[in-house]
Amino acid sequence: MAKNKIALSNPLGHTGKKLGGQYMNKMITVILFLLIPTLLLFIFTYIPAFNMFKYSFEERDQFGATVKFIGFENYKTIFTTPEYFSTFKNSLYYLVGSFIQLALALFLATILCSKIRASNFFKGVLFFPYMINTVAVAVIFRRFFQRGDGITNTDGTLNSIITLFGGDPVKFLSTEGLVNVCLVFVSIWRYIGFDLVMFIGAIQSVSPDIYEAAELDGANRWQVFKYIIAPGIRPIILLQMILAVKGAISVYEIPYIITGGKFGSSTFVIQTTETAFKFQKVGLASAMAVVLTIIIIIVTIIQKLAFKEEK
Amino acid sequence: MSKAYAMDSYSDYNDKESKIVSGIFTFLKYAVLVIACLIVIVPLVVVFLGSLKSNTEFLSSNVFALPTKIEWSNYKTAFIDGQVLEGFKNTAIILVFSCIGTVITGSMTAYVLQRFKTTLGTVIKAAFLLATLLPGISMQVTVYRIVNAFHLVGSMAAPIILYVGTDIISIYIFIQFLNNISYSLDESAIMDGANYFTVYFRIIFPLLKPAIATVLIIKIISIYNDFYTPQLYMGKSKPVVSTALYNFIGPYGAKWEIIFAGIVICIIPTLIIFLVLQKYIYSGLVNGSVKE
Repeated sequence: MAKNKIALSNPLGHTGKKLGGQYMNKMITVILFLLIPTLLLFIFTYIPAFNMFKYSFEERDQFGATVKFIGFENYKTIFTTPEYFSTFKNSLYYLVGSFIQLALALFLATILCSKIRASNFFKGVLFFPYMINTVAVAVIFRRFFQRGDGITNTDGTLNSIITLFGGDPVKFLSTEGLVNVCLVFVSIWRYIGFDLVMFIGAIQSVSPDIYEAAELDGANRWQVFKYIIAPGIRPIILLQMILAVKGAISVYEIPYIITGGKFGSSTFVIQTTETAFKFQKVGLASAMAVVLTIIIIIVTIIQKLAFKEEK
Repeated sequence: MSKAYAMDSYSDYNDKESKIVSGIFTFLKYAVLVIACLIVIVPLVVVFLGSLKSNTEFLSSNVFALPTKIEWSNYKTAFIDGQVLEGFKNTAIILVFSCIGTVITGSMTAYVLQRFKTTLGTVIKAAFLLATLLPGISMQVTVYRIVNAFHLVGSMAAPIILYVGTDIISIYIFIQFLNNISYSLDESAIMDGANYFTVYFRIIFPLLKPAIATVLIIKIISIYNDFYTPQLYMGKSKPVVSTALYNFIGPYGAKWEIIFAGIVICIIPTLIIFLVLQKYIYSGLVNGSVKE
């Protein structure tokens, strides 16, 4: 027993003469193994993070040629210029979309976990978009929602279906408001499979005995969902909801490729990168990055608190 | 499906009424699934059909119409002129180096951080943990300047270093897995006179195989799908698959049949990998996300 205790408190340590050599070997291993990862961490994460805070109080271009300290001016610009601030409003579309996506995924997951033939086939098809290259997805839907100009481009898939049923084609991607709904649809199309797989995993991890017992007690479908499935997968739903918030404020690729942020479809991250790399206002862009970081940190703290309570 | 619970069977009363209700439920369930699958499949089928049409036919025919004459040359144009081939080559190189780099540095870091409780280790572990809070995509505003200072912009080394150097999730997956590998294995090896390098290479690394599979799956999917990093650091001259596809939008703006061929070429490897590794991909993603 005593020997065991020593081993536990000092798992890889050694007793006796060899201790010195072991200790050296241990330290060398620690230093050698951690050297490169730690260097990379500091060069590509901490130094840029430090710069980000520093630059956010400055007016500067990409090369740092004309640097001027301007205090909180950049932050003021973000919160007073509608061009920048209004992109947060678009995040709400994605946030609502994410919750619809979670609800749909949960619904489909419960169906797929019941007695269904070819459930693996359905699961595979619904999941597959998650595997497709983001640019490919965006380009597919750029065409899908297209309104033809009658010369070089014809109507896309959706407008073709609408005309087939006798309706008038719609300018999906160049109508403010509607464009965001379309982009959110693309986002759901692409990411729902991921949530679906998570939920199916969680539902199947609940012991089948419990379902059998519920069945014997004469529970109906809704009761089974409410009292067995829902509590069993509560943590994963909570996690996905928090990730959805983080996702909704960091949307970038789908709107950037489909519309380039035009017609009121820009997002905060699109604005940030355009400010930094197109307009070369690194100071302002850094301030925007700081704002995003602060939001993410707040959400993460909420996440940690929520999960502490779960436990 | 043995694990699935029998949602239907509790309506297995013998009376007719409940059989009808159950039948309607079953029908509705399949209807929902079929509609959902159609929503996924229809946009993809349209892309495939379009990629086989000539430009004139593409513009004149209905999107659902089958091509009258199959135009394979679209694929050739996309592959060679559209630089999809070049993109595959570059993506493959980046994938190989990033994956090897991530597995080696990630597992070494995890080994040291999980096995040795040193003060240095604790501090570094906290530093890695804190770094997960920083949103990668908007950090690039200042990361760019540093990558530029190393003269890496425009080379494949830039994305490789960033993929390896800023991957903290992998370290966590390895640490979680190491928690479940008994210390007694390392201990007895040390008793036998092995040093810690040998323990890592001979004992720990081979045991990490399932964790490595998880890390690789997450890594490959995320790198293959990444558009932002290669777009920012490699530009138009060195395309990867995603930037090659993006570059199509300009010169081929009105030639959807060629863009579609490019998309089909890019989906095919994904489809094959998915069909072969389906099971591992699901479990890899589920295991990976729990560590968030």
